[in-house]
Amino acid sequence: MMKVFERLGSSALLQFNEIGRMGIFLFYSFLSIVRPPYKPGPVIKQMYVIGSKSVFVILFTGVFTGMVLGLQGYHTLSKVGAEGVLGSFVSLGLIRELGPVLSALMVTGRAGSAMCAEIGIMRISEQIDALDCMAIDPHKYVIAPKFIAGIISMPLLTAIFDVMGIFGGYLVGVKLLGGNEGSFFTSMYNNVGAEDIYMGLMKPLCFGVLIIWISSAKGFYVHMTKGGGFGAEGVSGVTTSAVVLSSVAILLFDFFLTSILI
Amino acid sequence: MKPAIELKDVHKSYGTQHVLRGVNLSIPEGKTTIIVGGSGQGKSQIIKHSLGLIRPDSGTVKVFDKDINAINKKQLKEVRTHFGVLFQNSALFDSMTVYDNVALPLRERTKFAEEKISDIVHEKLEMMDVVGSDDKYPAQISGGMKKRVGLARAIVLDPKIIFFDEPTTGLDVEKSNEIYRAFFRTQAQLQYTAVIVSHDVPKIFKLADYVSLLFDGVMQGCITPEEFQLSENPAIKSFVRETMGELYSSEVEGLL
Repeated sequence: MMKVFERLGSSALLQFNEIGRMGIFLFYSFLSIVRPPYKPGPVIKQMYVIGSKSVFVILFTGVFTGMVLGLQGYHTLSKVGAEGVLGSFVSLGLIRELGPVLSALMVTGRAGSAMCAEIGIMRISEQIDALDCMAIDPHKYVIAPKFIAGIISMPLLTAIFDVMGIFGGYLVGVKLLGGNEGSFFTSMYNNVGAEDIYMGLMKPLCFGVLIIWISSAKGFYVHMTKGGGFGAEGVSGVTTSAVVLSSVAILLFDFFLTSILI
Repeated sequence: MKPAIELKDVHKSYGTQHVLRGVNLSIPEGKTTIIVGGSGQGKSQIIKHSLGLIRPDSGTVKVFDKDINAINKKQLKEVRTHFGVLFQNSALFDSMTVYDNVALPLRERTKFAEEKISDIVHEKLEMMDVVGSDDKYPAQISGGMKKRVGLARAIVLDPKIIFFDEPTTGLDVEKSNEIYRAFFRTQAQLQYTAVIVSHDVPKIFKLADYVSLLFDGVMQGCITPEEFQLSENPAIKSFVRETMGELYSSEVEGLL
């Protein structure tokens, strides 16, 4: 019986330890962002990795999400004779909810996993220690550019997702199913307000921080992972856990952010 | 002689494993100190404690008279500006070319123009006999060359102390000799304090001013290689017998 309590206690302590570590990591990361010197080169490189390289997947998923919304929305709304508001249905659904969440999930899968693996490999091959020994702050050199790039890229990617989604909805609702083009756009103009755009940009900003934070911290502390965080297996383990944790965190925070911003 | 690094009663445990059990070591400035010992004894731990990468459970680690565990992050960074490290696996940045690896400390820690950086990098690479490989990535060069590029990076800012963690592990005799020659050249020129953790006994003794054995979590002396080979300390005696084998008797005769 005591062993069960010991294990529970030990597991709880490890969890608290990890939460504390992640908190300190976030603090130092933000500190290193505001501290000079400011070098745009590494940020631009990371914007290419996180942003530009994710554009194709965002275009693709955006247009198909909009097409599904157009299809489902048209059939549901036509049951109550309201197919004229399809434009606002598609655009509000995308701008307020689906755009930020799905873009974030896509970026997690594409860039978050790569980032976690890259930092994890740097840790196990002593490259992070080498930076420390050269008196180069790894937070400033490795992590800060990723945070800045994530914060800038996420809202832009989401905006692309939204535009492509609306185009997909228009394609199916108007061109394929024969809905009225005028009412599609009029309902969108009339119902989408500044507060919707604000919510649609605030969410990806927060999700950007979440993705980079979890993915980087998991890789950065791969050597402290419970159950042996060494070698290729250790890196693959933390990469999986970073993707899962980021995805769950995105959905959880989406609820809280919606409650605050609605 | 003034110590560059001083470890006093350093203890470190990992779970139930008590790795360092009261390590006392004084590393003299401008000299070469070799740390030897069996595998898994915690030799690399001595380097990591000296670098401030690991905090001891108890005891003090002083570098140039500063307790590196009692100072803040900024002060520790300042202390680390005196360090150069050659890691066991070289720890080169695998997504950077040889040139960029060596240039990194200059780009991040100085305000030198790219032209001056290029001059310094090429000077250090030539000193290491690494010529014409500027654009190659670490994966495209041999193990020995990786070590030499690692050493070029370690000395690029002319540090006062250089740590070598198993500098010849995994290299054949020829490549090991290349590293030793590179070490000789750079130390003669830059006069740094060298701390070398190595298995390469007895060859490594030829580089040493002082040798210290880590045995059972405690340092056994920090004495000259000659004294080390003739020591009556049972741990040292047993280590010398095991590692030097047949050479032992002839070397002793030679020294007597």
